[in-house]
Amino acid sequence: MSANNNSDLHQVSNRLAYNAMRNWKERLIEAVLLAAAAVSVLTTLGIVYVLVSESVSFFASVSIVDFLTDTQWTPLFDDAHFGIMVLISGTLVSSGIALLVAIPMGTIIAIYLSEFADSRVREAAKPILELLGGIPTIVFGYFALLVVTPILQVILPGLPGFSLLSAGLVMGIMIVPYVASLSEDAMRAVPMSMREGAYAMGSTKLYTAVHVVVPAAISGLAASYILGISRAVGETMILAVAAGMQPNLTWNPMEPAATITSFIVQVALGDLPHGSIGYQTIFAAGLTLLLITLVFNILGQWLRAKYREVY
Amino acid sequence: MQIHDTPALKAEARNLNFYYGEAQALKNINMPIYDKKVTALIGPSGCGKSTYLRSFNRMHDLYPGNRYEGEIRFFPDNTNLLAADVDPIEVRMRIGMVFQKPNPFPKSIFENVAYGLRVRGENNKRVLDDKVEHALKGAAIWEEVKDRLPEQAPNLSGGQQQRLCIARALATDPELLLFDEPTSALDPIATGAIEELIHELKKRVTILIVTHNMQQAARVSDYTAYMYLGEMLEFGKTDEIFIKPQDKRTEDYITGRMG
Repeated sequence: MSANNNSDLHQVSNRLAYNAMRNWKERLIEAVLLAAAAVSVLTTLGIVYVLVSESVSFFASVSIVDFLTDTQWTPLFDDAHFGIMVLISGTLVSSGIALLVAIPMGTIIAIYLSEFADSRVREAAKPILELLGGIPTIVFGYFALLVVTPILQVILPGLPGFSLLSAGLVMGIMIVPYVASLSEDAMRAVPMSMREGAYAMGSTKLYTAVHVVVPAAISGLAASYILGISRAVGETMILAVAAGMQPNLTWNPMEPAATITSFIVQVALGDLPHGSIGYQTIFAAGLTLLLITLVFNILGQWLRAKYREVY
Repeated sequence: MQIHDTPALKAEARNLNFYYGEAQALKNINMPIYDKKVTALIGPSGCGKSTYLRSFNRMHDLYPGNRYEGEIRFFPDNTNLLAADVDPIEVRMRIGMVFQKPNPFPKSIFENVAYGLRVRGENNKRVLDDKVEHALKGAAIWEEVKDRLPEQAPNLSGGQQQRLCIARALATDPELLLFDEPTSALDPIATGAIEELIHELKKRVTILIVTHNMQQAARVSDYTAYMYLGEMLEFGKTDEIFIKPQDKRTEDYITGRMG
């Protein structure tokens, strides 16, 4: 009541006083959070540092032009050639096949689960789908080698025992759950009012899904595709097991070929002395892989920004 | 509540009951919707007016567990809209709807209005151009957007978005337009524009509008129905309902003693 009273004023200002204890706790929590974030950032920086520093000594003995233009990859031979395109071709072909499987299939599954399936089907199907994503890739690798390749050989008689085609197809199946699950989340996040608006105009479920829900969820869909690409480019075991490990500059999926990742596995398993040129190649190859995924990620970010404007 | 100069019927609810699962949301509704008139549905929150409105274009079919009983007769076909052999998609082709919150699609202004035409298989550029312009004029938004048709609809202001949604509904020449509290998310100026528009529209189309705003019901409608707890307590000409309500509960609601 009496704000003019001095003792009242004193009490009020006490209540507004700076709370040192609360502030201290806030800072502590902030520091813990920062430390947690720093671990992942520092790890990434560490990886980049190792890759770059080893690659620098690699490129001291091999010219970048040779690295990019040579058509042979024989780093462990006496007559050593270091043409990374040989490995890049294997990586791109196998990833391309995998994405041709994973993106359409994943998107269709997501549309079905989000727009058509009733809740019981969805509740049952999604965990099973995600289980598929939890199968170790080595199992997929042997599945490709021992099941898919023989079946493909019946259809395509000339197919060798190891091929990018077989490995790529199975890799695609492996990636489907990631694409489907993330795409479904993105589509389910589209507000119901948007769908109601479409239905009220007389559109069918399919028309609504394709013309309203998918455009509205496009940035989430793009994110799921980018994740799929990163998985495909970085996948190792399936390719090491089913695609053969011989360096082969080819764009033909019917041939066996080594990829960047399967080469790294191959070399890392052998006992090469530290500091030798053979040892350094895996860092150069690793750096190349990192740059490829980086390019795709930037491309994805750019696409997302662009499409968000269009839609 | 005798109505003497009775206009033609556009639709008529007959013994309409509606259930969300076990819960009955509409109780034995009987009510005419007159052709080329504006009928307002008023009543406190949860009284079932939106539920009733959404029965007309079978929106409840989108969710499992909903059940209709009784009839909504639609004229001139004299068909029961709720019959099992009536395709809800065909119903929605003839009955348009404007929602409480503007819900433009993530497309350009032009494509939003062309949407319903494209759904109906119209892809001729000249026809689309023509009908889109006509619909945007009908929704009194043409002058504001005619130079920015390729722009994204969600970038418009709320009031413009709502008029765009009206244009979207108008583009396909619906016979009945359902408005579900179309101005509750808008400021008074945008609200005024929409109310004026409704006045214009009733020359061409029958309108059923749910509103929480008594003045709005009084301003825009020819007929008013008062709903309470899933029942329709009173229906009549708007001026009669507002000046001399028959039911005590209607009077209390209108004068602000309840709801």
